[in-house]
Amino acid sequence: MVNDLVRHIMRFILLVGAQGLILKNVEPGLFINPFLYILFLIQLPFETPPWVTLVISFLLGFFVDLFYGTLGMHMATCTLIGFLRPKILSFMAPRDGYEFGSQPTMQDMGRAWFLTYAIIIIVIHHFILFYLEMFSFRDFFSTLLRVIISSAATLLLVFVTQFLFYRTKQTT
Amino acid sequence: MRNLAVFVIRNYFFLLFLFLEILSVYFIVQRNYFQHTSAVSAANWFTGSIYQARTDFSEYLDLKEQNKILSTKLADQLSKQNSSWMFYSAHGTIYNDTIYKQRYEYLPAEVIDNTVTLRNNYIILNRGKLQGVLPDMGVVCGQGVVGIVREVSDNYCVVMSILHSDTKISASLKKDGSFGKLTWDGGSYQYATLADLPDFSKIAKGDTLISSGLGDAFPEGVPVGVVKSFEFKPGEKTYSVEVKLGTDFRKLRHAFIVKSLMRVELDELRKKAGVENGK
Repeated sequence: MVNDLVRHIMRFILLVGAQGLILKNVEPGLFINPFLYILFLIQLPFETPPWVTLVISFLLGFFVDLFYGTLGMHMATCTLIGFLRPKILSFMAPRDGYEFGSQPTMQDMGRAWFLTYAIIIIVIHHFILFYLEMFSFRDFFSTLLRVIISSAATLLLVFVTQFLFYRTKQTT
Repeated sequence: MRNLAVFVIRNYFFLLFLFLEILSVYFIVQRNYFQHTSAVSAANWFTGSIYQARTDFSEYLDLKEQNKILSTKLADQLSKQNSSWMFYSAHGTIYNDTIYKQRYEYLPAEVIDNTVTLRNNYIILNRGKLQGVLPDMGVVCGQGVVGIVREVSDNYCVVMSILHSDTKISASLKKDGSFGKLTWDGGSYQYATLADLPDFSKIAKGDTLISSGLGDAFPEGVPVGVVKSFEFKPGEKTYSVEVKLGTDFRKLRHAFIVKSLMRVELDELRKKAGVENGK
């Protein structure tokens, strides 16, 4: 239990650090801004109480905002994701509920399930974030293009990390 | 009362969500409408020190190129110095120079954080309140206009670069002085748009654009960019111009904050007359 907590805290620091110090400065051009840090919310355990999810989302957004100098934007977006996540999970639950001890990862839940789940969360997140950043609906379509391209980039990164960090688990 | 308690307990999740969401939106709105608040200054201080450490490290990596840019700028400045000019007048009358008064002062600063790919890009510089930086001051670099200071903490300031949807800088054609409003509509960090240029201006491809000197963020004549293409809008009787920016935002490492020495006086005058700063 304590071990799990430490692991989650480490993951939190790692993802926020990677987002703020590395991904923010990678500039592939073409409107691509991947937000990999959202992986932390994707991978919270199934049993996390809803209110804890909410508070964690809020804090996650806060720390990312510090790095981006956009106080409030990521906070608002992540809080919404924290609110929607339990609903999405219960909507996507298998017939007899989630197996105890399983994690929302590709290895535990299968590729199709994880893909759907990750796409829903990433697209909602990017959509809200980019329109909040504009703070208006002018240039609606160019912002929509950014949402789509960046979501694809984030999804790709999420998949890569899944393959990199969870392969060992699969064999045991 | 009991009903209220039951309601709160039953809907605690939604109420907590509402509370956190409203708090976040409050921060966004506060940032958009009220500048230099204490919450934002605290955030600047936190990330400022992290970025400073990173910059101290990464600065070594492109010292060579930055040196080249700086020495070009220095050579340019030296050639403009008073001592490099000689008195050259047919009339031979010497004026005791009290007709000129210094209006702008430049404060060198280092870029400690910078983005170019977001829709609203900010630059953080390592100069702040303690060094006399105030919101709405202009920022320039050796190659041209950079942006406008938005918030300051004790030792850092956040600059809205030209690459921001709220930045509007008045720029004029060097050739005939007709001016328009420089904005950025996303896309490439190398190009911006100059709108509202009047129909009588004799614009041509390759013309130089300079800051117009209206408002007091920038002195007149700071380079802005070069006309890449332009289009006449018959309905509005104005030109819309695509500008190649002089500043290479991706390579920006050193900048100068422009302090207007007349600012207090001008601000008071504006307040008295009830007009806003045109920028």
